[in-house]
Amino acid sequence: MYSAALTVDATVQLKDEMHQAETRKRVKALALVAPLAIFLLLIFVTPIAMLLTRAVENPEIVTALPQTSRALHDWDRRQLPDDAAYVALVHDLAQLQDGETLGGLARRLNTEIPGYRSLVVKTARALPFTDDAGHPLPEAQWRKSLIGFDARWSDVVYWQAIAKNGSRYSPFYLLAALDHRQDAFGHVIAADPDASIYLEIFERTFGISAAVTLFALLLGYPLAYWISTLSARRANLAMILVLIPFWTSILVRVAAWIVLLQGEGLVNKTLMAVGLTHAPLELLFNRIGVYIAMTHILLPFMILPLYSVMKAIPPTYQRAAISLGSHPFAAFWRVYVPQTYPGVGAGVLLVFILSIGYYITPALLGGPNDQMISYYVAYFTNVTINWGMACALGGLLLAATLVLFGIYRRFSRSELGIG
Amino acid sequence: MKKVVNTAIVAACALLAGAVHANDVTVVNFGGANGDAQKVAFVQPFEQSTGNHIVGVEYNGEQAKIKAMVEAKQVNWDVVEVESGDLGRGCDEGLYEKLDWSKIGPKSGFIPDAVQTCGAGIFVWSTALAYNADVLKTAPTGWADFWNTKKFPGKRAMRKGARGNLEFALMADGVPPKDVYKVLATKDGVDRAFKKLSELKSSIQWWEAGAQPPQFLVAGDVVMSTAFNGRIDAAQREGKNLKVVWNGSIYDLDYWVIPKGTPNKALAEQYIAYSLASKPQQSYAKHIAYGPVNTDAIKSLDAATLANLPNSPANAKTAVLQNIEFWTDHGDELEQRFTAWASK
Repeated sequence: MYSAALTVDATVQLKDEMHQAETRKRVKALALVAPLAIFLLLIFVTPIAMLLTRAVENPEIVTALPQTSRALHDWDRRQLPDDAAYVALVHDLAQLQDGETLGGLARRLNTEIPGYRSLVVKTARALPFTDDAGHPLPEAQWRKSLIGFDARWSDVVYWQAIAKNGSRYSPFYLLAALDHRQDAFGHVIAADPDASIYLEIFERTFGISAAVTLFALLLGYPLAYWISTLSARRANLAMILVLIPFWTSILVRVAAWIVLLQGEGLVNKTLMAVGLTHAPLELLFNRIGVYIAMTHILLPFMILPLYSVMKAIPPTYQRAAISLGSHPFAAFWRVYVPQTYPGVGAGVLLVFILSIGYYITPALLGGPNDQMISYYVAYFTNVTINWGMACALGGLLLAATLVLFGIYRRFSRSELGIG
Repeated sequence: MKKVVNTAIVAACALLAGAVHANDVTVVNFGGANGDAQKVAFVQPFEQSTGNHIVGVEYNGEQAKIKAMVEAKQVNWDVVEVESGDLGRGCDEGLYEKLDWSKIGPKSGFIPDAVQTCGAGIFVWSTALAYNADVLKTAPTGWADFWNTKKFPGKRAMRKGARGNLEFALMADGVPPKDVYKVLATKDGVDRAFKKLSELKSSIQWWEAGAQPPQFLVAGDVVMSTAFNGRIDAAQREGKNLKVVWNGSIYDLDYWVIPKGTPNKALAEQYIAYSLASKPQQSYAKHIAYGPVNTDAIKSLDAATLANLPNSPANAKTAVLQNIEFWTDHGDELEQRFTAWASK
């Protein structure tokens, strides 16, 4: 009896100790992972989350014109709003005068209607309205004074622009990045064809990436196969030849291609000396230059996964097929190639995803018709400081990448076999 | 322990303060021939006469950098050269300090466009038609000739962007210089400008950096180009036979601004005031063919220098002043339409 109780006690104690030891282990493991987790959270997850929120944030108008937004909340947006809205606008603008809020408001309204920027800044600076003697005018006359100051305040579209942005979040930038916009009543409509550009550029981005992926596969597959059949020493030598360009700076390689491909460059001179062409070919600042340089830069990303998969395929299967009477090519195509699919999948996915984000190569080697979506992200970030638009384009690119990755995972049903 | 830490902090601060010299002013410009001229005309004499040290930085006009500094309250640029298009926008958005003109000089001593709320004009520059006189036997006289590919066969170079090109297209289409912005303010006017640009599209080679037009012209890649007049002047000084057609040129100013929240505001104002005085302005105009903003300096220059300046009385007669307000209001819309047009 006594001893049994002791045993129970001992078991409980042992359990506790084990539990404690396990907790300690878990804490230790967590502590070891923590630096990386915090690093990823700070450097990777947070910026992407901020980028995605910035693409839908629309705070400028609500923050700057709170009273007007409230006054226009139940307005039908067909006739001009009533006097209360005019009074609210004058109150709101009079509080802004100068500074960031007014600037943000002016910039945002100008994207709705060109010219709205100067209208709103000028109006804000003219406030408060006074009569000839310098006394402030009564609220009842503010509507007349506003319209008298600038007749555009009697045009309903300027009020619609404020009314439709009555929310802190809006799909404005995302729609604009897909060549669409909302009309005065919130319906999504296609943008003016003169200003439509992004759908075509997304299409171009995917087109260039698909072509580059195909070229890299056509060039990389035979090479990887050849290297995998070499002896270890020779294979190492061949791999070094693949890896040295891979380790060289992209800018250096792009500059080298400019030297090689220009009108008086090595490629054109050789072609002309051999007699294949009579005048120099245009290889730079067009699609050809972009294809050549991008394929060259991304080729190692195709070769490395292919090689690692091919290296692990025993040559005996193919030999067995041939000894059982298969044609050597049929044995290659039906026995060997299917075994390389994981490598092909990984290589294609890597090259394609890397190329849709390419910026510097098309910017330096392409013409205006060869720029990809990243060029416009940089343009909106640096030149026009329209960060909402830059984030929307970046967000859509990220979404496209994730969708592609999802499709790949679904069809391959396997983890990536890279490296 | 606490005392030790405090002492350490004080020592570290003292070291940091020592590393950044107390009288350093960071001046940011676009570099190139213009930066060199500023160095000789403004920076070196300023350093000699005041004993302050100028830290020179070059940039490409990205206002995103200033915005990031001002938002983070870590402003380490004191005086920045900006283009007119960015001035109004940045001023409205509170990126720049409002200037105290009493510290810079009498407003009446400068050309009217130089005096702005947040910006002080530095010099007048111009985008004009330029050609290689060794290649073209007959001299083109204006934008109609630029569009005339029968009389002047060959490629033309234009800056990649809507600004300037739309005005040139309208002038080529017969709009008188003084009415250009009136026409461009209407939808029909914009359509008309793009239609005219489309006529020439297959003959256009685009340039982005100011150094490219003289290179293209000298290499014979193009027969005519739009170009910054200072770059053509620099090529002329190197002995190249390039010429500028002032008829229908668009002139504009570059401005000094002080990013909001700089700790060296007083020194920044001092530097701006110095660079806009008559002597440095004359010296600058002699080193590069950009016109002074100081009216006294314009009067004191010799005829040979004046002949190459955008705002000399003779050259400014048929020129257009870039309409900053028009481009602040319509810039985003027109640049987007231009990008769409150029990529089709």
